[in-house]
Amino acid sequence: MTPLDKVEGRAIPFGLKNVDTDVIIPAHWLKTTTREGMGRGAFESLRADPDNLFDSADFKGAPILIAGDNFGCGSSREHAAWALGDLGIRVVIAPSYSDIFSGNAVKNGILPVVLPQAAIDRLMEVAATDPVFVDLEHQTVTTQFQDRFAFEIDPFRKMCLLEGLDEISLTEKSDAAIGAYEARLDAEHPWMRPAA
Amino acid sequence: MTRPRTLYEKIWDAHVVEQRPDGTCLIFIDRHLVHEVTSPQAFAGLRATGRTVRRPDLTLAVPDHNVPTTPRLDAAGNRLPIADVESAAQLAALEKNAPEFGIRYIDAVAPEQGIVHVVGPEQGFSLPGTTIVCGDSHTACHGGIGALAFGIGTSEVEHVLATQTLLLQPSKTMEVRVEGEVGPGVSAKDIILHITGVIGAAGGTGHVIEYTGSAIRALSVEGRLTVSNMAIEGGARAGLIAPDETTFAYLKGRPYAPKGADWDAAVAYWTSLATDPGATYDEIVVIDAADIAPSVTWGTSPEDVVPITGVVPAPDSFADPSKQTAAAKSLAYMGLEPGTRMQDVAIENIFIGSCTNSRIEDLRAAAAVIKGRHKADNVKWAIVVPGSGLVKAQAEAEGLDRIFTDAGLEWREPGCSACLAMNPDKVPAGERCASTSNRNFVGRQGPGARTHLVSPAMAAAAAVTGKLTDVRELMA
Ligand code: SF4
Repeated sequence: MTPLDKVEGRAIPFGLKNVDTDVIIPAHWLKTTTREGMGRGAFESLRADPDNLFDSADFKGAPILIAGDNFGCGSSREHAAWALGDLGIRVVIAPSYSDIFSGNAVKNGILPVVLPQAAIDRLMEVAATDPVFVDLEHQTVTTQFQDRFAFEIDPFRKMCLLEGLDEISLTEKSDAAIGAYEARLDAEHPWMRPAA
Repeated sequence: MTRPRTLYEKIWDAHVVEQRPDGTCLIFIDRHLVHEVTSPQAFAGLRATGRTVRRPDLTLAVPDHNVPTTPRLDAAGNRLPIADVESAAQLAALEKNAPEFGIRYIDAVAPEQGIVHVVGPEQGFSLPGTTIVCGDSHTACHGGIGALAFGIGTSEVEHVLATQTLLLQPSKTMEVRVEGEVGPGVSAKDIILHITGVIGAAGGTGHVIEYTGSAIRALSVEGRLTVSNMAIEGGARAGLIAPDETTFAYLKGRPYAPKGADWDAAVAYWTSLATDPGATYDEIVVIDAADIAPSVTWGTSPEDVVPITGVVPAPDSFADPSKQTAAAKSLAYMGLEPGTRMQDVAIENIFIGSCTNSRIEDLRAAAAVIKGRHKADNVKWAIVVPGSGLVKAQAEAEGLDRIFTDAGLEWREPGCSACLAMNPDKVPAGERCASTSNRNFVGRQGPGARTHLVSPAMAAAAAVTGKLTDVRELMA
């Protein structure tokens, strides 16, 4: 996973509340076999409108997305995070997320920043014309107009994102413990292995 | 003496590889079931990072979600092509990935093929006291034999393939105790629909539910799998039913189950897992089995349950304002008016199948109602989809297929089918389906489809009369 520390650039002033994973990536995109290319299906219904934000000259490829409450609710599909990542989004800023979505986002190198609605409102205003700066190390979102919003993040998630560590690499550090567990299981309960 | 523990705590404790300072545990996974929809990206991830599958011997792959339920072989025994290119690509990916990574694979035309949650217990691959995962939320099903089983996302599928572990936070525990005897015509499905109505679709959130009580103990393994299958509909991550003699009798002799002296050791261990006297749960719900009627859903949440003798509720009969709004939306989608008797709701489609209700006992229950009768004229589409090739063969040996086809129902090949309509089996927009599956969400059985969740016997009764029907009237 690509490490994430400072992200700066245009932020899509999307702002909608309760955006569910069906809006982020419609179900028919689930019938794929790769994670790549899913950006094409991201926000498909909204992007059917030729004047949509996502494909506008200003925001196409923008690395930051600003959204409303309860972003990523609905089904647990991880495709939502893949679609955002494939669209080029590295940071989402919203007042709240569904639990599953924020977990999936971090697993896929996307930072879900939680800020209060007042901060979101201000950032929406700035984002319309100017870039936004996100600093994960210092846990801040800033603008060139002296705005400075601090955010909280679980230290484990922060470390994973900063170091670009996926959970598998982390677990692989416990390889010896897993091996010891397997050996003990084979000794104590040999029947646990599938017969035949 | 150690502190008394619940079944869940015993299984959890036995699987902790490491505990992190924040309480998160690295949990060993004993069995990993893989199907074609949620695995391709996980295998691609392994390939991209040069990783292998740590324990192919603990992994079993079988295609089910996309497979067509029409014949898969032509008259000459050659495999028929799959029309939907995306379905075909997902199936082809699994067929390629399984051997490449050395995983046991049951192919789409093998006699054992079926829905992953039917196949696991049927093969004795799923065992009591084990941890089981699969990239499908109804993995909770395997809790019916006393396994701690839950659904995972694709990144977690990759994580388990690579490390045979998962990082998890312990869950809270809930006991749902169903005491007494259920009345005639009341099945395991009615029990779990009733429970879901009582605790609500979010009632079990953050919990693992253990189902206890005499009505649960009296269930066959098939019935227990039906109950635990829908733990997720009550918001719980997993369901559990303590393994007992019924469980052992079901598992003994299955292909992957322990044999000989191993079997005796296993039974001794499984018996020790039962919740200790004095162990406590975070929540307890007690239900009187006598209160459970043949049940049916009226809305688009699995908690929208009424007895078949009931009526469509009015949105303002709910205290919670957000439920009022949700109910109004549900009724609009379902095309139902408050006060309508459930038994007056006409049905055009019947689906008997899914990992909730496609085992032999389910098919027997449906066949017992259908036998000697015919489907109503207004029922346009009625399919029976056995949960596995072995269930299908057993049913055919008992002549159940003929009972269904004589009554005008279609007898299909095993798979998920109209449970989620990923293959061509879909309910047309605006039409109703009496379905033995587990989710009545908007669009679940096809865009615009209206689902009424029922038991197999109730689905059969609806097929006969062409409307939702109290099966007890047909049993008299
Ligand atoms: S039958 Fe339905 S619920 Fe069960 S595994 Fe298949 S799609 Fe999932």
